[in-house]
Amino acid sequence: MTGLYRRLFVASGPEVPGLLGFLVLVLVVFGVFAPNFLTGANFGSIAFQLPELGLLTLAMLMPIISGGFNLAIIYTANMAGLTLAFVLKQYGGIDAGYGPFILGTVLAIGVGALSGAVMGAVIAYVGAHPILVSLAMMIFLRGLGEFLTKGGDISGFPAWMATLGHGTVLGIPVPLILFLICAVLWHILLTHTRHGFSVRMIGSNIRAAAYSGLNTRRTLILIYTLSGVMCAIAGILMLSRFNSVRVGHGEALLLVTVLACFLGGVDPFGGFGRVLPVVIALIVLQVLSSGLNLLGANQHLSTAVWGLFLVGVMILRWGAGWISERRRRGS
Amino acid sequence: MPADAVAPDALRFSAISKIFGGVKAVDDVSFTVGTGEVHCLAGENGCGKSTLIKIITGVYQPEPGAAMEIFGQAYAQISPTQARKAGIAVIWQDLALFAEMTVAENIAFETILGNRPRAVSYARLRRVAAAALARLDVDLDLDARLGTLPIAQRQIVAIARALVSDARLIFMDEPTASLTESETDALLSVVRNLSARGVAVVFVSHRLAEVLEISSRVTVLRDGKLVGVFPTEGLTHSRLTELMTGTVISHDVMARDTGGRPEVLRIEGLTRAGEFEDISLTLRAGEVVGLTGLIGAGRTELCHSLFGMTRADRGRITLNGQDLQLRSNRDAVAAGIAYVSEDRLALGLIQPQSIADNTVLSVLRQISGAGGLLSSRKKDATVSHWIKKLAVKIGTPADAVSTLSGGNQQRIVLAKWLATRPKVLLLDCPTVGVDVGARAGIFRIVRQLAEQGLAILLVSDEVPEVFLNADRVLHMAGGRIAHEWDPRRTGLPEMEAAVYA
Amino acid sequence: MHSFLRAYPTEAKLLAVLVLICIGLSIASPDFLTLVNFTSLLNNNAVNVIWAVGLLVVLIAGGIDISFAVAASVVQYLCVYAFAAIGGGNWAIGFLFAGGFGLALGLVNAFLIHQFRIVSIVVTISTFNAFFGLLMFFSSGRFLYNLPSWWSGRVILWEYQTANGTWAELILPVLVMAVCMAATWVLIRRTTTGRQLYAFGDNPEGARRAGIPIGLMQAIAFGWCGMMAGIAGLMQAHITKEVVPNALVGRELEVLAAVVLGGARLGGGRGSVLGCFLGVLLVAVTQNGLNLLGVSPYAFKMVVGVIILLAISTSNLDPARLFDPRKGRRA
Repeated sequence: MTGLYRRLFVASGPEVPGLLGFLVLVLVVFGVFAPNFLTGANFGSIAFQLPELGLLTLAMLMPIISGGFNLAIIYTANMAGLTLAFVLKQYGGIDAGYGPFILGTVLAIGVGALSGAVMGAVIAYVGAHPILVSLAMMIFLRGLGEFLTKGGDISGFPAWMATLGHGTVLGIPVPLILFLICAVLWHILLTHTRHGFSVRMIGSNIRAAAYSGLNTRRTLILIYTLSGVMCAIAGILMLSRFNSVRVGHGEALLLVTVLACFLGGVDPFGGFGRVLPVVIALIVLQVLSSGLNLLGANQHLSTAVWGLFLVGVMILRWGAGWISERRRRGS
Repeated sequence: MPADAVAPDALRFSAISKIFGGVKAVDDVSFTVGTGEVHCLAGENGCGKSTLIKIITGVYQPEPGAAMEIFGQAYAQISPTQARKAGIAVIWQDLALFAEMTVAENIAFETILGNRPRAVSYARLRRVAAAALARLDVDLDLDARLGTLPIAQRQIVAIARALVSDARLIFMDEPTASLTESETDALLSVVRNLSARGVAVVFVSHRLAEVLEISSRVTVLRDGKLVGVFPTEGLTHSRLTELMTGTVISHDVMARDTGGRPEVLRIEGLTRAGEFEDISLTLRAGEVVGLTGLIGAGRTELCHSLFGMTRADRGRITLNGQDLQLRSNRDAVAAGIAYVSEDRLALGLIQPQSIADNTVLSVLRQISGAGGLLSSRKKDATVSHWIKKLAVKIGTPADAVSTLSGGNQQRIVLAKWLATRPKVLLLDCPTVGVDVGARAGIFRIVRQLAEQGLAILLVSDEVPEVFLNADRVLHMAGGRIAHEWDPRRTGLPEMEAAVYA
Repeated sequence: MHSFLRAYPTEAKLLAVLVLICIGLSIASPDFLTLVNFTSLLNNNAVNVIWAVGLLVVLIAGGIDISFAVAASVVQYLCVYAFAAIGGGNWAIGFLFAGGFGLALGLVNAFLIHQFRIVSIVVTISTFNAFFGLLMFFSSGRFLYNLPSWWSGRVILWEYQTANGTWAELILPVLVMAVCMAATWVLIRRTTTGRQLYAFGDNPEGARRAGIPIGLMQAIAFGWCGMMAGIAGLMQAHITKEVVPNALVGRELEVLAAVVLGGARLGGGRGSVLGCFLGVLLVAVTQNGLNLLGVSPYAFKMVVGVIILLAISTSNLDPARLFDPRKGRRA
């Protein structure tokens, strides 16, 4: 029994039990105090809200593990959504068929990949700080998007696209399925591929990684390209959920994605981070927000609670480290 | 009036002990430094040198019964502030300087310290800094950003900073470890200068060749105990190593005749401007070729070019008769060349990551299974194979590699490269920061690898290492190969004399 | 000249670029090199510069602050209620309160960072969310127009009617900006505390060994940044004559980009007040010039993004080397 527990513990990472504990705690507290909390409808709405933030967080995760940042995720997603919207508009708007959708999706993903690749190349070849590079890209993409849309919305897409944003398969929301597929892919990518391995090594010590024969430049470019692709998927989902695209949509989520990564135990200095704890952290955040919502609070109070929650968790981690340090010295 | 009343010893410590968790890190040691004396504190890693310094500078308190006297004044207890006020300064190996600040600010750093905010007078700062440099007879640009200076000049800045705080006894922790020959000479002349002005200097080192000539006495520690205090006059490098390690160096030269074996690596006229010049050498299968010389002789730079990290300006590299064009170290690895870096901490291993990940770092393709995914079964097998084969002592493979001792870390580095099945192994100072016992183990592995047919270039600045372990010894100086020796014909003293000349 | 280039290579390069852009613009547009245009540039960017010099101190000390713009909004609300509570107030009380509230918010960051050993980016992303969420929750997103008249009344320091009848004027925020720049310059260049901040950001371990109080350094850096944020908030409300809870959120990243563009280093130990000023001005002048040239306002940001990207891509160019090729090779 303990052997199995140990194996699970090692496989899932040290953050998972603690985060699951928080999740249970939050569920119990809201289950007692919030009416209609423990209902299918509530969990359904959580399941529809989670994927958007979740996909963007995955896009932020890989750069952070590599010791960097991608501050351009929101506008990359917007630009990708815009690309799809333009293609759909070009082929009949609400009457567009599957063909244009597929073409638009491919182009949208291409746009996301391209913006990421440019960032990755500047970071890899110039050695500039990822915060600055992605910030410049963010400002550029926002400008480009606002230039193309003149600051307005683009809407009027085929009705069948609502399935992607609001439909269910076997009772499971389609966005959630999309997110879970992406999360599993990301998990495999990060833990079972050479690329994921290189990401962690680069995050810890890029020079030593290069000395060991890893192609650090190619890895950096790939990291930001993949991050851009994930943004594009998020952008497509956002389009289908809101049936419109506006540059700036989801802006408030930028720093929440970073918050979710840190809450999920990702090392702010890079080198360590796993998908599973980050997904659990996302669920905790979403459950917190929906519980507060049922208690009559709005999204803004949830934002505040998210911030305070991260500080609280960091203080607890500090306390745990402090106690184990004392224990180690005592023995 | 007795003579010692005129000039009391700078330091007179006796019966110093320090116990950590039941282990005596320092055991009844006495340590005396005369005023203006240049003294060596020698010993292997973990012999208690740094603990002793920390006691002297007040960081640790010794066990009861210690007698401590600084410049004639007895202390029952010393705090870091007291030690500083008494005129003791330590220049740590990492120097603790500020790369973004100017030379003047670094030297006169003391003038900007203090909790009460005051106005900074840059004129005073420059005056103080210039005065300190004048005392050292050194000319440095006061307005240069420290980060733009070479290490040797930063060392001078650190010494000048100690002088500003009126230090009369300066400890220097491994001061020559990263200096070139001429830089070392410059440092030694600064030290002579200090000594002439009555400032005592204690060199803390386990690489003593350069320092031996300047100091008058050596205090040797081993396993926390005092081995003795010896006058430097007449002490040889090898004798000192014996004192430090406690083992009589075996004079069994391992060299064999390897002339008939097939040639693996051939270098002709390799040149990289400012680093090395017209290097030609051959490595044969199963041969260990030693490459020695002082730091800055171009050894590491040569390795970097052979490993594809830098490109040579001229010359040819052939491996098994085929021309090599190395565009990156990945080409070198693919061709069968492996390089163990001298800087294990920063370049050899990825310290925070696990032992397992560090072991398979360079063979990710080998441990890939179906669909290009990494196979944890193959990974575990590779890791346990090498850990067993190289007899690495570990907790679990998931532990951070930084938790291992120096010797075991070096074995993981070797495992990482051996897993690539190299034909040529470049070992750049493989025993830096590795204890004596562990060193013998590493050389045993090197010998075994040679017997399996690997061609090995063993780089070291410790001549006895290459003398004992190599089949042939090359001496590099000023970027060129100056001598080639056969250890069976040329004795160690002759080699040492040539290298440390 | 030579010594300026050596001590401030980034600033010198920035200045050169700025001068080139100004020359180009004054040839291309007759309206650029006018008194009216220059004074309005200063009036419009005073708030950004005040923030920038505050953030500069944090960057010098090796930290990062994401929360200051939101903190400025919080300060604006607190001020409105505080002034109402004491029956009006005046400019002296205004600065005292705004600076004081800002300082307090900055010290919250410093306390969390120092006491619990949490990285500054994690702390300030948390407090960003907490400040913003709480502000939106308690203000319910309401705008406030009932500012005391001393606060909302335009204070013109200097005015001049040009030949064609338009007025060139400088308003109070420009003076405040100048004072904040001077105060920050005195702090970081002229006091021992400021030099300790540089040393701490440059080499924290070395600073600690030299006996510099680490906690005090964090308090001064983040406290100063908070105080500047508060004062900037006061000035911003003075210009707009209203307080809007989400008016300032998002500005933090633009200010960060300008400060880093001005030579401050992410990671600590480098940066100057002049650089901050030039960094903000470069972005402002570019936008201003594009506006005068009749370029679509939506395209501004795009160009700004490209300019930042180009600037960081060429940041390895050291102008001091042009004059002395032996220097700077080892940097």
